[in-house]
Amino acid sequence: MILGLSRWWSLIGYLIASVITLPLVAILIQAALPAESVFGHLLNTVLPTYISNTLLLMFWVCLGAILIATPAAWLVAKCHFPGRGIFQWALLLPLAMPAYVVAYVYTDLLDYAGPIQKSLRSFFGWLTPQDYYFPEVRSLGGAAMMLALVLFPYIYLLARTAFMEQSSSLQHASRIMGCGPWLSFWRLSLPMARPALAVGVSLVAMETAADFATVSYFAVPTLTTAVYDTWLGYGSLSAAAKLSAIMLLVVFSMIGFERFARRKQQLFQKQTGEIKSVLYSLKGVKAFLATSYCTFLLVTAFLLPFIILLNYAWHYFDESWHAEFWEFSFNSLYISVIVSIIAALIGIVLMFICRVSPRKADLLPSRLSATGYALPGTVLAIGILVPLTYLDFAVNDLYEYMGQLGPGLIFTGSVFVLIFAFTIRFSAIAIGSVENSYKRISPSLDMVTITMGLSPAALLWRVHLPLLRKGIFAGMLLVFIECMKELPAALLLRPVGFENLATYVFQFVSDEQLEHGALAAIVIVLVGLVPLIFLNRSLEQHG
Amino acid sequence: MKIIANLLMLGLMCLSSVANAADKLTVYSYRQAFLIDPILRDFTKETGIDVDVVFSKKGIAERMMREGRLSPADIVLTSDFYRLMELVDKKLVVPASSALLKTNIPVQYRSPDDNWYALTMRVRTIYSSKDRLGKLNINYEDLADPKYKGKICTRSGKHPYNISLIASMIAHHGEVETKAWLIGLKANLARKPQGNDRGQVKAVKEGLCDIAIGNSYYLGKMLQDPKQVPWAEAVEINFPNQDNLGSHINVSGMAMAKYSRNKENALKLMEYLSGNKAQQVYAEVNMEYPVNEDVKPSALVASWGEFKADNLPIYKLAEFHHAAVRMLDEVKFDL
Repeated sequence: MILGLSRWWSLIGYLIASVITLPLVAILIQAALPAESVFGHLLNTVLPTYISNTLLLMFWVCLGAILIATPAAWLVAKCHFPGRGIFQWALLLPLAMPAYVVAYVYTDLLDYAGPIQKSLRSFFGWLTPQDYYFPEVRSLGGAAMMLALVLFPYIYLLARTAFMEQSSSLQHASRIMGCGPWLSFWRLSLPMARPALAVGVSLVAMETAADFATVSYFAVPTLTTAVYDTWLGYGSLSAAAKLSAIMLLVVFSMIGFERFARRKQQLFQKQTGEIKSVLYSLKGVKAFLATSYCTFLLVTAFLLPFIILLNYAWHYFDESWHAEFWEFSFNSLYISVIVSIIAALIGIVLMFICRVSPRKADLLPSRLSATGYALPGTVLAIGILVPLTYLDFAVNDLYEYMGQLGPGLIFTGSVFVLIFAFTIRFSAIAIGSVENSYKRISPSLDMVTITMGLSPAALLWRVHLPLLRKGIFAGMLLVFIECMKELPAALLLRPVGFENLATYVFQFVSDEQLEHGALAAIVIVLVGLVPLIFLNRSLEQHG
Repeated sequence: MKIIANLLMLGLMCLSSVANAADKLTVYSYRQAFLIDPILRDFTKETGIDVDVVFSKKGIAERMMREGRLSPADIVLTSDFYRLMELVDKKLVVPASSALLKTNIPVQYRSPDDNWYALTMRVRTIYSSKDRLGKLNINYEDLADPKYKGKICTRSGKHPYNISLIASMIAHHGEVETKAWLIGLKANLARKPQGNDRGQVKAVKEGLCDIAIGNSYYLGKMLQDPKQVPWAEAVEINFPNQDNLGSHINVSGMAMAKYSRNKENALKLMEYLSGNKAQQVYAEVNMEYPVNEDVKPSALVASWGEFKADNLPIYKLAEFHHAAVRMLDEVKFDL
C-alpha cells in the first residue's frame, strides 16, 4: 500500500526490532569468545548425548502430539457426536497445565512405588523389579509423553481451525464422488490441513526444545539443561553461549520449516468461502468411540492431573495457605498483565508499519522481532544479562561521574529484567495474532480512509484498532498464559527477594514435594483457564 | 488507553520499590526457605533489621560476579563447602570477624583468614534396607563391589553433595583409583541417577534398591513428614569408613559479601546465625549437627550414635572439585 508514512514509524519499528534481537546478538558474540577447555571437554564427553536427546525428544513429542491432536481436531470440526460442544473448548485446557506438574503427578502414579505398579505387584504376586517389566516413567520416552500431553493443544487448535475453514463445497464434491468420512479425511481434509499441522508441529517442537523443568525432573539431559549446567556448574558463560548457539541452530531450522509451511497455507486458505460446513453425524459405535477418545484425552491430559493436584492441595492446605502465597500470585499476575500489554502494543505497531508502509525495508522489523520466541528461557537469560549488566554499570558510572550515588542494579536487579525477558520471548505470539487479524481487513478500507484525508495514526486508531480488537485480545491472552508458566528465564533472572508461582512450584517439584506447592500449581492452572476459554470463544466467532 | 497507562505506572512503581530497598540486609541463600525464613524472622524481631532473601540452588556466585560492585548481597549462605570456597576463589567475599564469632565457631570450622564460617555439619551416609541388608559396616569403597550390582540408588552425580564425596575420594586415593571406583559404582546402580536424597530412601522402601547414598539429616526430615515416615523406617543409617578414614563430612556455611554496604549489620546477622538460638533451629528443623559446641544435636540425631569423621582438611575438597566434575562426564555417570 502506498502511503506517506513518516520515517518516525520506521525508526520505531527498527528500534523495537533491535531491542528484541539484542539477546540473540549478545549470545552470538559470547559464543564467539574462547571458552577455555570446557567446551572441548563437553564435546568429547557428554555433548553428543545432549544433542541426540534433544532431537529425539523433539521427534517423539511432535509425533505423539500430532497423533493425539489430529483425530481429535477432525472429529470436533467435522462430526456430530455426544459431548462435541464441550470437547471443542475443553481439549484446549491442557495448555494451562505446566508440563512439569503433569510429569510429577504421573511419576507419582506410575513409578515403582506408585499405586498402579503396586496393585499390579499384589495382583500378580511379583516381588522385585526384576520379576516383571514396566516402562520407566522417568526416561526420554516418559518425558516425551508428558510433553506431548500438554503440548498437543497447539496442533489441535490450528488443525481444528483449518478443518473448519475447509470449504464445504469441496466436502460435498468428495461425497458426491463417493468418499465416506474416512476417505474424505485422508484424501481431502488431511492434505489440505497439512500446512496448519506443520505450523502446530513447529510450535510444539520449539516448546519442547525450551522445556527445562520436565527433562531436569526426569534426569534426561538436553541442550537446555546443559546450557544451565554449563553456565552455573562449570561457571563458563562462553561455553554455555556456544551450547546456546547450537540450540538456536536447531530451533531456527524449525522456524524455517514453519515459514515454509505457512507460505503454502495462504494458497490453500484463500478459498474459504462459506464457513458453515456440513457435519458428519456419528451414530452408535462410531459416536461412542469418538466420545471415548476425546474423553480419554481430556482425562489423561487435564482432569486426572488436576484432580490429583486438588487432592494434594486439600491435604496440605495449611502448609500452603500463607501470606507469601498471595504475594507470589500477585507477582505472577502483574508481570503477566504488563507483558501482555507491552507485547500487544509491539504487535500492533509492527504490523501496522508492515501493512501501510510504502518501504520494503519496513517489513524487516516484524520478521526480526518474531525471533524472540525461538530463544528458550535459559538461552534468553544469557543473552539478556550480558547487555543489561553493561547498561546497569553505564548508568551507575554516569551517576558517579556527576558526583552522585548510583541507583544500583535498576535493570538486572529488579523485575524489569523479567518483564524485558518475557516481552522478548512472547512478543512473537502477539505479533502473529495481530498479523492474522490484519489479514481479514480488506486493504480497500485503508484506501478509503486515506482518500478521506485521515492521517496514518487516525487510520490505526479509528479503523484498524476496532477491527483488530479480538485478535489483539486473543494474542494478549496467549502471552498471558505463557508468562504465567514460563520457568527457566524466571529461575535465572528473578531479582532479590522475588518469587512467582512458577519458581515457587518448581522449587517443590525439584524437591519431590509438589504436595506442598499444589495450591500454587492450581492457581497457575486456574488463572490460565479463564484466558483459554475466552480465547476459544473469540476463535469460534472468527470462524 | 488510560487503563494501559495506569497499569504501566503500576508496573513502574513495583519496579522502583524493588530497586530501592537499600537499608535492608540482603541475603543470597543456597539454603532453602523453610529453614532460613524462621531464623531470619527471629533476627528481625530481635534487632529490628529487615532481611531480604533470594533463594537459589545454583548460580549465586555467577550472579555476584556479574553484579560486581553493584551487588546488593550482604551475606551468602551456602549449603555445602565447595560453594564457600568458590566465593573465596572468585574474590566475592571479605573477611569478617568478631570475638563472638570466634567463640561460637570452633577453629576447624572457619577459615583461618576469616573469609568464611561453617554453620552446620552433615555426614554423607549410606542408607541400607532394614529388611534385606540390615545395619552394615560399610566403606564408600565397597559401593563399587560387584556384590551390590543393581542394588544402589543415588541422586545425580553432579549434585554438590556427590561431587564433594568424589572429591574426597580423589584426595584419598588419587584420580586413577577413584575413576575405577566411580565406574564400578555406576555399574552397580539400580537406576539412572535421579531425584534427591529423600527419593533414594523411598526407592529402598519400595524395593527398587537396597542401598542409598544420602545426607544424614534427610532421615530426620523424613521422620517429620507423616507420609514419609514409612520410608525412613525402612532403612538403617550407616556411617561409612568407621574402621579407617572416617565418614565424609560436608558443611554449610556463611560469608560476608565483598560489596556489602551494611557490613555492621551483616556482622550482626552472622553472629546471630552462629549463636545458640539459630543453631538450635538448624539442629531441630534441619536435623544437622550444629558447629556451635554449646548446642547439642537434636535428640533424634543424637540417637543415631557417635561416629568418626574424616579428618581431611575441608579446603582440600575444593582442589579436586573440577577433577570430580570432569570425571563424572567422562564416565557418563548420569547418562
